Amino acid sequence: MNQPETLFDKLWATHEIARREDGDALLWVDRHYVHEGSFHAFSRLKERGVPVAEPGLTFGVADHYVPTRGPRRAIANPEIARMVRQVEENTAAHNVTLFGLDDPRQGIVHVVGPEQGLTLPGLLIVCGDSHTSTHGALGAYAFGIGASEVAHVLMTQTIWQKKPKRMRVTVDGKVAPVITAKDIVLAIIAHIGADGATGCAIEFTGSAIRDLSMDGRLTLCNMSIEAGARCGMVAPDATTFDYLRGRPYAPKGADFDRAVEVWSKLTTDDGVPFDKEATLDAGAIAPTVTWGTSPEDALPIDAHVPDPAREPDEDRARYLRGALEYMGIAPGQKLTDVAVDRVFIGSCTNSRIEDLRAAAAVLAGRTSKVPGLVSAGSSLIKQQAEQEGLDRIFRDAGLEWGESGCSMCVGINGDLVASGERCASTTNRNFRGRQGPGARTHLMSPAMVAAAAVTGRLADVRPLMAGRKV
Amino acid sequence: MEKFTRLTATACPINAANLNTDQILPARYLKWPRSAGIGKVLFQDLRFDGEGREQPDFPLNRPAWRDARIVVGGRNFGCGSSREAAVYALYDYGIRCVIAPSYGDIFSGNAIQNGLLTAMVSDEDDAALMAALEAVPDQPVTVDLEQQIILCGNKIYPFTIDPVRRMRLLNGWDDIALTESYRDQILAFKSADRARRPWAVPSTSAT
Ligand code: SF4
Repeated sequence: MNQPETLFDKLWATHEIARREDGDALLWVDRHYVHEGSFHAFSRLKERGVPVAEPGLTFGVADHYVPTRGPRRAIANPEIARMVRQVEENTAAHNVTLFGLDDPRQGIVHVVGPEQGLTLPGLLIVCGDSHTSTHGALGAYAFGIGASEVAHVLMTQTIWQKKPKRMRVTVDGKVAPVITAKDIVLAIIAHIGADGATGCAIEFTGSAIRDLSMDGRLTLCNMSIEAGARCGMVAPDATTFDYLRGRPYAPKGADFDRAVEVWSKLTTDDGVPFDKEATLDAGAIAPTVTWGTSPEDALPIDAHVPDPAREPDEDRARYLRGALEYMGIAPGQKLTDVAVDRVFIGSCTNSRIEDLRAAAAVLAGRTSKVPGLVSAGSSLIKQQAEQEGLDRIFRDAGLEWGESGCSMCVGINGDLVASGERCASTTNRNFRGRQGPGARTHLMSPAMVAAAAVTGRLADVRPLMAGRKV
Repeated sequence: MEKFTRLTATACPINAANLNTDQILPARYLKWPRSAGIGKVLFQDLRFDGEGREQPDFPLNRPAWRDARIVVGGRNFGCGSSREAAVYALYDYGIRCVIAPSYGDIFSGNAIQNGLLTAMVSDEDDAALMAALEAVPDQPVTVDLEQQIILCGNKIYPFTIDPVRRMRLLNGWDDIALTESYRDQILAFKSADRARRPWAVPSTSAT
C-alpha cells in the first residue's frame, strides 16, 4: 500500500524532475501565462540571446494595461501603448499564442486560462502575477512568481521550489442565501490573518466548498494569496469536469474521458495529517466587507469598525488608528453608516458571468446613487452578459459598461479611484493606494457592491433581495 | 548577482505590519524599465505627498536614515503583488538587507534572485531593534550572513534564512546556471511525462 498523500503531495510528485540535497526540487511547468508585465523577463531572454523553451505551453494575454473605457486601440498614454505593444512583439517573436487586444478571447489572465480550458486539474501553472493561485480552483498547483523566475521558466520550462507546508481549510455546513465565495474567503482571511497561510499550500474542503460552482471556487482560490498562501486548491470533482467539457483547449472525446479517470484520483487520501488546519462554520458567515487597508480587516456588514482606544496591544492600536485615518472612518463607526463615492465590479476575483448575474439581480429596476464601472473578466463573458441583457440592467442603473481587463483593480491602465474617494469594489486588495493614490477601497461580493450602489453606502444586500430570485 | 557576506550600515526602522509591494513600489511605476531609475520612487506615496513634497515623518526621510542600506520592517513584509520591481526599487535605492519577523513568500523569493538579503528575526528581537534604532538612530548595524547574526549596539540578534538561499547569496549564484546542469534530466522527464500525461499538453484542435 502506498503512503497516504494529500492532493498537494500528488501534484508535487508528478512534477518533480530532480531534488537537491537541501530538499529544493526542480519542477516541470505545464502552463506558463505571460502578460504585459512580463517584459522584464523577455528582456533577459534577449540579453542572453535564447528562445522560449516551450512556446506551445506558454500563453500570453493583454490585460493589465488595456483600456477598458472608450476606444481600445487609441491609447493616448504612450507608455501604456508601449506596454501593450511589447507583449504583442515579445509573444510574436517567440511564437507564443497571444490573446491580445484585438482577440475575441482577450480578458484577464486568470479568467481566460480556465475559460479556454488551458487550466486543467493536475497541472502545474505559473504566471508572473500573485493571483495565479486562482487556477487551483480546478485542482491545479498554481502560483505566482517574480520576473527572474518568469525568465527562468521561459528559458527552461522548469522552476525551483521548496515544498510548502500543507494546510487544510475546512468550511462545513450550508451558507445562507446571497452568501457567496467572496464572503467565505473574506471570513477565512479575517479568521487566519493576512499571513495566516504564509509558506503553505491550502486545500479548501468541506461541504460548503463542494457546493460552490466553478466561478465561486475561482473566487475562493484567487484570494488564497491574501492569506499569504503559496497556492490554494480545491480537489477536482463533477463540477470541475462539467465545467471543462467542450472548452477549446481541453482534451476532447475519449481523451477527455481518460483524463477524467486520472483527475478523479486527485484527492487527499483518508487520514493524512496536515501541517496546519483551520475550520469555519458556513452557516455563521454573513455578508462580509473590509473596513481597513488589509484584506484581514474584514467584518460582517452589521458590525462596527474597531475602536483603537479599546485595543490593549499598543502596536495593534497604532495599526487601527492608521488604517481608520486612511480610510476616513471614525473609531467604532457602524459599517452601514459609511457612505461610498463609487463602485467597481470587475477583476480576476469577481468578474465572471455568475458575478455579473448576482450584481444584476440586485440592480434590476433600481438606480445607482453613485457612479460606477462594470468590467467583465473576459471579452467572451462580456458578450455573454450582453446576450443575457445584463449590460442593459447595469446601464439602466446608471453604471458604465466597460471592456474587459484589470481596469480599476489596480488602476495601471488609468482607471483610477480619485484620492480620498471611497469605492465599494469586488476586487481582492484594499491596500493603501491600490486603486489610485489616496483611494479608499472596501472589498465585498458583487451583490454587496450592487447593494452599496443602490443605497449609496455600505449596505446589507439581504433585505434588497427579499422577493427576488437569488 | 552580487555576493552578500557582511554589511555594516545605518538601518532604517519602518514600523508597519503587512507593508505590501504596492506601497514599496506603486503600480504606476511598473511600466518603467529598471534603467529609468526605479530606486528614486521607492515608497513614493509614503515618502512624498500628492504634490511631491517630502513627508518628514516617513523614516527614510529622516536625516539619520536617508542613506540606510538596511531596513527593519514589521511582520509580513512585502506581502501582496508579485512585482519583482519592488525588490529592484529597494536594491537600486541602496538597500541590501531587510530584517523582519516574516515576509511575503513571493517577495522573499524575488529578493534572493537579486541579491537582497531577507533576515528573519523573532518578533521580540524585531521590536528591540526598532527601539534601539529609535533611541540612537545613526548607530551602525552589522549583518553577518556567515554567522547569521545582527550586531546593534552591544547586542547580538540571531536571524534565520533558508540554507540554500544563504549559500546562493554568499556565492552570488543565479538559478539559471544551476538549472542548465540538469538539462539531461529535464529532457528525460519531458518525454516520460508526455507518455504518462498526454492530456497535459493543450489540445491542438482549439478553434
Ligand atoms: S484583475 Fe487585479 S488582481 Fe487580477 S490580475 Fe489583474 S491586476 Fe492582478
